Amino acid sequence: MELVNAEKNLRKRKLISLVLKAGVWLCGIMTVGILIFILLFILLRGVPNINMEFLFGTYNSDTLSAFSSIVTTFEMILISLLVAVPIGVFCAIYLTEYAKRGNKAVKVIRLAVDTLAGIPSIVYGLFGMILFVNILGFRASVLSGICTVSIMILPVIISSSEEAIKSVPDMYREGSLGLGATRLGTVFRIVVPTAMPGILSGVILAIGRIVGETAALIFTSGTNVLESPTLDLFASQRTLAIHMYMLASEGLPHSKDMAFATGAILILVVFLVNLATTKLAGRLGRLGNDK
Amino acid sequence: MESTRKSHFNEKFMQAIFFLSALASVIAVVAICLFLLIRGVPAIGEIGFMKFIFNESWKPTNTPPSYGILSMIVGSLYVTGGAIAIGVPVGLMCAIFLAEFCPPAVYKIVKPAVNLLAGIPSIIYGFFGMEIVVPYVREYFGGNGFSVLSASLILGIMILPTIISISESSIRAIPYSYKEGSLGLGATKEETVFKVIVPAAKSGILTSIILGVGRAVGETMAVVMVAGNAVMPIDKIRLLKPIRTLTTNIVTEMSYASGLHESSLIATGVVLFVFIIILNTALSLIKAKSLRN
Repeated sequence: MELVNAEKNLRKRKLISLVLKAGVWLCGIMTVGILIFILLFILLRGVPNINMEFLFGTYNSDTLSAFSSIVTTFEMILISLLVAVPIGVFCAIYLTEYAKRGNKAVKVIRLAVDTLAGIPSIVYGLFGMILFVNILGFRASVLSGICTVSIMILPVIISSSEEAIKSVPDMYREGSLGLGATRLGTVFRIVVPTAMPGILSGVILAIGRIVGETAALIFTSGTNVLESPTLDLFASQRTLAIHMYMLASEGLPHSKDMAFATGAILILVVFLVNLATTKLAGRLGRLGNDK
Repeated sequence: MESTRKSHFNEKFMQAIFFLSALASVIAVVAICLFLLIRGVPAIGEIGFMKFIFNESWKPTNTPPSYGILSMIVGSLYVTGGAIAIGVPVGLMCAIFLAEFCPPAVYKIVKPAVNLLAGIPSIIYGFFGMEIVVPYVREYFGGNGFSVLSASLILGIMILPTIISISESSIRAIPYSYKEGSLGLGATKEETVFKVIVPAAKSGILTSIILGVGRAVGETMAVVMVAGNAVMPIDKIRLLKPIRTLTTNIVTEMSYASGLHESSLIATGVVLFVFIIILNTALSLIKAKSLRN
């Protein structure tokens, strides 16, 4: 009798195990399925609508051209990186190479970086609107957008750079210092170049974040669109993601088609960003294995 | 001699630059808190704390206006709860799949897919929700589609990558001896994973859930496109009815608000910020606790 029970029990346990196994497989497949669904949905309806006029034409209610938005997006990426990358990398250098262990300042800085990473875009948007648009008088402009976004991407750059610098083997530093290099020389000639793939992957993630940003920019750089591109920092001009939002919320059939086209461009950018970070992370991983 | 002194100066100078750069984040956080509070708190004072937080009547353009955001607070909680109900089970199971069951060949597809999911901008999720999820909900569940359910579905998808990657790495961090012990006692692989490994990884899993909550509470653009954004009296909030959250309250009205109305929207941002601070505190408590163990 006992034996029969045990056998029944075992069969039940095996059945539950099988169900669990099927469950995890299902969830794994579902995750990939959702991604493929979203990608195909946007790309299949978006790519056919991408044409030269949309990419490089002048904006009017017929073309709904994204040219000016594309140029502003690039401008914003470039200048925000010029501002945020040095600050972020220097911060990472301080945290990893200079700060003493258990230093109070380090705790505060880490807490600040974690907090920045958790603040929602819309709160950045409000802050940018209060400080840059109103108090500093930049108005709704690309400049206000750049200032806001530069703060937003700091935590990404800091944490990737910190990870990368930490993974540089101590041997490298000892070798350099032993050969008579200064601490600063070691940092800039040995540590930072070795950590470069990791730093770059942070930079690329930051690019992805800027390209996709909407909520932080809607009240800082604004939703205005110009007929043709401008590099004027004080102009109010939307980015690509906001272009998509505005087209989508207009709700007309033609604007919806163009929203799909803009979405397709955004997805292609995200795809490239991901590809590049994976490649770079792989290179850094190999470096770690050399030890 | 000269060059040594120069390099000594460079060293000190750059060290100061590094330190100042590190302080930039602190300054940014302080500035964000400060400016939000300066603009938001007087509005709360003028409206009255109780009338702002615990009143569900939001009629900023009426005379006299009323500025109660209780309905939005509840709205944020609803859609976040919905997102967790959808995203956590699927995400956790997917994390378990990646960490324990996935053959290497399949891993090479699923892992990049999860990373890609994390990189897709909110606006794309929102647009997808508007074009696919909303019509689907309208057709099969009723209502006009712009609803708590649609917002929860989209947010549930959006928090998946957060849940998956952090849970996966915490499951992977469980020592192999746990598994050996359990398997050695005759448990099946599935029993070992679900009864030994997952419970052992609970602090990492909890971290992933809190980060997911943070993402869902703070998400704006994806929600604004699928939630309908009508202010609902609290007792009329339903799964298939429209909803307005804290974030969407800000984004739908800021463009035409002025005076106290504008300040009350910034105050809405302050409330959102307080939520995020609470979540961050919870995170650091968990971190501290798991370090102590």
